[in-house]
Amino acid sequence: MKEIRIHGRGGQGSVTAAELLAVAAFADGKFSQAFPAFGVERRGAPVQAFTRINDDPIRLRAQVYEPDYVIVQDPTLLEVVSVESGAKDDGVILINSDFEPEHFDLNTNAKIMTVNATKIALDIIGRPIVNTVLLGAFAGASGLIDPESIKNAVMERFPGKVGEKNAEAIQKAYDMMTEA
Amino acid sequence: MKRNFENDKKDMVVVEGSYAVADAVKACRPNVISAYPITPQTHIVEDISQFIADGEIPNCEYLNVESEFSAISALVGSSAAGARSYSATTSQGLELMHEVLFNVSGMRLPVVMTVVNRAVSAPINIWNDHQDSISQRDTGWIQLHAEDTQEASDMTAQAFKIAEDPDILLPVLACLDGFILSHVYEPVVLLDEDLVAEYLPPFEPKFKLDPKNPKTFGAFADPNSYTEFRYLQQQAMNKALKVIEDAADEFYDLFGRHYGGLIDTYETEDADIILMAMGSIVGTIKDVVDKLRAQGVKVGVLKVRSFRPFPAEAIKNAIKGAKVVVALDKNISLGLNEGALFTETKGSLYNTNVNIPIIGFMIGHGGRDIPMSTMEAIVDEAKKVIDSGITVESQFTDLKEELL
Repeated sequence: MKEIRIHGRGGQGSVTAAELLAVAAFADGKFSQAFPAFGVERRGAPVQAFTRINDDPIRLRAQVYEPDYVIVQDPTLLEVVSVESGAKDDGVILINSDFEPEHFDLNTNAKIMTVNATKIALDIIGRPIVNTVLLGAFAGASGLIDPESIKNAVMERFPGKVGEKNAEAIQKAYDMMTEA
Repeated sequence: MKRNFENDKKDMVVVEGSYAVADAVKACRPNVISAYPITPQTHIVEDISQFIADGEIPNCEYLNVESEFSAISALVGSSAAGARSYSATTSQGLELMHEVLFNVSGMRLPVVMTVVNRAVSAPINIWNDHQDSISQRDTGWIQLHAEDTQEASDMTAQAFKIAEDPDILLPVLACLDGFILSHVYEPVVLLDEDLVAEYLPPFEPKFKLDPKNPKTFGAFADPNSYTEFRYLQQQAMNKALKVIEDAADEFYDLFGRHYGGLIDTYETEDADIILMAMGSIVGTIKDVVDKLRAQGVKVGVLKVRSFRPFPAEAIKNAIKGAKVVVALDKNISLGLNEGALFTETKGSLYNTNVNIPIIGFMIGHGGRDIPMSTMEAIVDEAKKVIDSGITVESQFTDLKEELL
């Protein structure tokens, strides 16, 4: 079983990203589960959401404590949240940032990767909404999921022009991670 | 549990638990739905409201009311008039209904209500535990608990089937864990309306309010007859023990999914240690059981689906070979320091030939997360009971001493 923890701020679509990831993973033929760390959500407050992906049906209902993958939507969270908490030694922490991974001094053996998702989002979608872009980057960084499945999940949730723009941004982020 | 996941997979969609329940309600073709939104039940009634707006539930009246007291009161009238009637609520909303719950069951009205289980105030807390529905224990409602979103969905149809059985005519609380199940996205098979129609015949009560044939429901019963009304309610509860099993079996025949009837068991047959629990925690325990079994620990889990009627006989038969039983409760009876499952299991075994040590852990109150490590620590405590007997009979789990 692979466990993913997404860190973001209220309003950044962390929960939506976790859900879309679950939809995409299921389309890939896996079983999946997505849920938020339920808080009294308000815009701007740190939030977490989780996705599990497994070959077999998923029964576990606990939160994710030892993630294989961590996705950080907003680098300012690093000052207030220990995003590396429990990350597996062979895991990956994917941070939305224009810095190189070496810039981040985190207390972890997990591999740190960065992608400038905000720039991709601004360039292609026209708004700094990075949740779907990061899913594309995640697909590239992890090899865990078909980017087409992510694009389909996003376009189903956001039909029309919005979905198409997002799909384009997802592909861009995926390409950047796989070409890197 | 009898389920063929690979077979179901082609029909599955990844949706929110609340949507799965709302869609199941739609498939059951209720005639009257009343609801007052309250977290974490809200998504269910929003989704149903959308179905109504889109004309997807024909011949159904959706009532927006001003409180939960009104929500359930409206259904007293609609159900008595012969309408299949549904609502959903949680926590303080359910507590506000408390008085009327007795009226519904006393009038033998087969209302089905989803409870999205949540802690009760004060202090205010919107997260999951079972205090809300357990506190309705004596209201005469059947109370069922689901382990995952598929079961919560399927349980909706089973609940109507059980409630409307002419031998039962009791209302049902169909419970699922707030947020943990109501807000999770996972693959489910949405209920096929034609199959549900086959499973659940139209509600045609023998007695109903009708101006052409006037009757009275819930009228005065003096000391001369009140006892007999109560006796008959208990008789219906007794009959429900079988009807709940039958409803699960018939569901399996049509839909190919079975979650147990009154109870379900997992790896209990040769188990020295049996953990018993209700709701979504059962899934986590199953993973713990697999992990510990791989290490040679003979542990299993007993899922209690039906809290009312209480399946004393089924529980006794399932646990009689164990060396220790652990009851896990997301609720507490303050002043007794025990959760309901623990108290009732102990009580139901007292005058039997089964004499196994039972310990209780109150767990997951107000949404406190239950990691596998917590469950493993509980199994360690159970091992100590096998070796040296009970030292603490019932206790809180993961208590933070530093906050006291």
